[in-house]
Amino acid sequence: MNGAEFLLWTRGTAFDIAFAVFVFGLILRFLEIFLLGRKPDLSAPRGSAMLGGVRTVFRRSLPADGNSFRRSSFTIVAGYVFHFGLLVSLLLLAPHIELFKSILGFGWFALPSPIVDFFTAMSLIALIAVLLHRITHPVLKFLSTPEDYLVWFVTFLPLLTGYMTFHHLFLPYPWLLGIHILSVELLLLLFPFTKLMHTFTLFIARWYNGAIAGRKGVES
Amino acid sequence: MTTRIKDLNTAPNNVGKYLSTQGISRRGFLKFCTTMASMMAVSPTLLPQLVEALENAPRPSVIWLSFQECTGCTESLTRAHSPTVEGLIFDAISLDYHHTLQAASGEAAELAREEAMKAHWGKYLLVVDGSIPLGNPGFSTIAGMSNLDMLLEAAKGAAAIIAAGTCAAYGGIPKANPNPTGAVAVQDLIKDKPIINVPGCPPIPVVITGVLAHFLAFGLPELDSLGRPKAFYGQSIHDRCYRRPFYERGQFAETFDDEGAKQGWCLFKLGCKGPSTYNACATTKWNQGTSFPIESGHGCLGCSEPNFWDAGSFYKALSVPTGDLGKIAGYALAAGGIAGAAAGLLAQHKKGQAIKEHKIVTVNDLEKGNSA
Repeated sequence: MNGAEFLLWTRGTAFDIAFAVFVFGLILRFLEIFLLGRKPDLSAPRGSAMLGGVRTVFRRSLPADGNSFRRSSFTIVAGYVFHFGLLVSLLLLAPHIELFKSILGFGWFALPSPIVDFFTAMSLIALIAVLLHRITHPVLKFLSTPEDYLVWFVTFLPLLTGYMTFHHLFLPYPWLLGIHILSVELLLLLFPFTKLMHTFTLFIARWYNGAIAGRKGVES
Repeated sequence: MTTRIKDLNTAPNNVGKYLSTQGISRRGFLKFCTTMASMMAVSPTLLPQLVEALENAPRPSVIWLSFQECTGCTESLTRAHSPTVEGLIFDAISLDYHHTLQAASGEAAELAREEAMKAHWGKYLLVVDGSIPLGNPGFSTIAGMSNLDMLLEAAKGAAAIIAAGTCAAYGGIPKANPNPTGAVAVQDLIKDKPIINVPGCPPIPVVITGVLAHFLAFGLPELDSLGRPKAFYGQSIHDRCYRRPFYERGQFAETFDDEGAKQGWCLFKLGCKGPSTYNACATTKWNQGTSFPIESGHGCLGCSEPNFWDAGSFYKALSVPTGDLGKIAGYALAAGGIAGAAAGLLAQHKKGQAIKEHKIVTVNDLEKGNSA
């Protein structure tokens, strides 16, 4: 198999499989969660569940309060840098937007690639930092499961290979791009069945928390 | 000047002498050598060596075999609008057999091939354009001889083989899905001879003369993993593209006639395969250095890469998957829906069971002795 054939396979058959498993898995997990339902709340509402839910979804995305920040400043800073960098690299690079456009039917503005490159590098550094933190912090290390390391790896890989592809490092471009796409396919395959699902489920969890509090008329 | 070349080259039948008889001045010849040296990334100190080697190189016997091809490669090499030095270098080889260009036909032509092979056995250069059908030997024959047989026979006595054009190098368009003739490339059949792939649909004329010049002066050029001379195929179109700054800035033409297209912005979104294509178009250009496809406003098709014909649409961006994702998403949604509904119902059933089996525990039950 040469570079061109490899790239074609990753853009064709391999992507088809990964995409199908990803969509299948997402629907399966969502239905599993939603069909379980919740116990009907028979009390008289003292506030809006919807408003409380929406408010919590937003409020918990904001930086933590001073006290929480002091207690785990490293996790918060590295976490924000990584997530922000990841979202910029994923959503604001022109070739990625073309991919979303081909699936969703619409696109959006792109950032100049050197800016995206900067955010990718920041993201990579932050990811290495959180891994070092995880393996050096005794409590974190004790709590970590093999899945945590697997999830770190499949998130790190697309960023690293994307960075290498952009800078044409070590290999001819068709190989680099093919490896990058393959690493994303690995991520798509594992996504619905691992902690990576938090990308979506975190909003469901926040909404439920906020909605329960909202109905009771208290802050969450 | 011409006299000087004649004086320098006493050896009969060599490239330098042939060029001087064709009215090529020494200045013109040196200019050609300098261009070649810079294109092949040869050190400037090697320039005199290149000049001397080319001047004194014996005119090599070349046998050119055309198989499943469209004659575009030959057209590309012979349709120069004005005679150029590189064109004449090409003439300077002793082209002993080329069934499109030669006057002879039928058995006389085949006899010429056999004689040239016999006379220069082990020394001639074999140029092949077109792919070889393995599906049925009758799909493509010359004077009743299958392409496969002719290639195997001619390859035996060749010093080296140049696979000119993407069809000979990688199978090209005849090999495109579903490959009805079972087409293969030269390198799929010949394993014991040096093969230089000069792909392109067609290849750039100056690249093939450059490869010939390199072969005459220094022997086999350094090749990349796809068997292409690194000197001409070492960099991607994207790396040398004059529109690259627009790519970096995120300025793209969205259609072929929008404002971006008129401003000469990057054609990536319109399917340009420049980033994954290795060729010299962006530097040597076409039609005596006039332009290359991207300069004319059309993205690169990636014609010097294997399987370029099947690499998704020419008009789909390189980052876009080739499959029908709408259809795949539909099936995956349906399957996920069924599996999800089943999983959900199972979970509900479990929940119901758990509630049913729930026993009320009193404080007395928890006291010592009652817990078991």
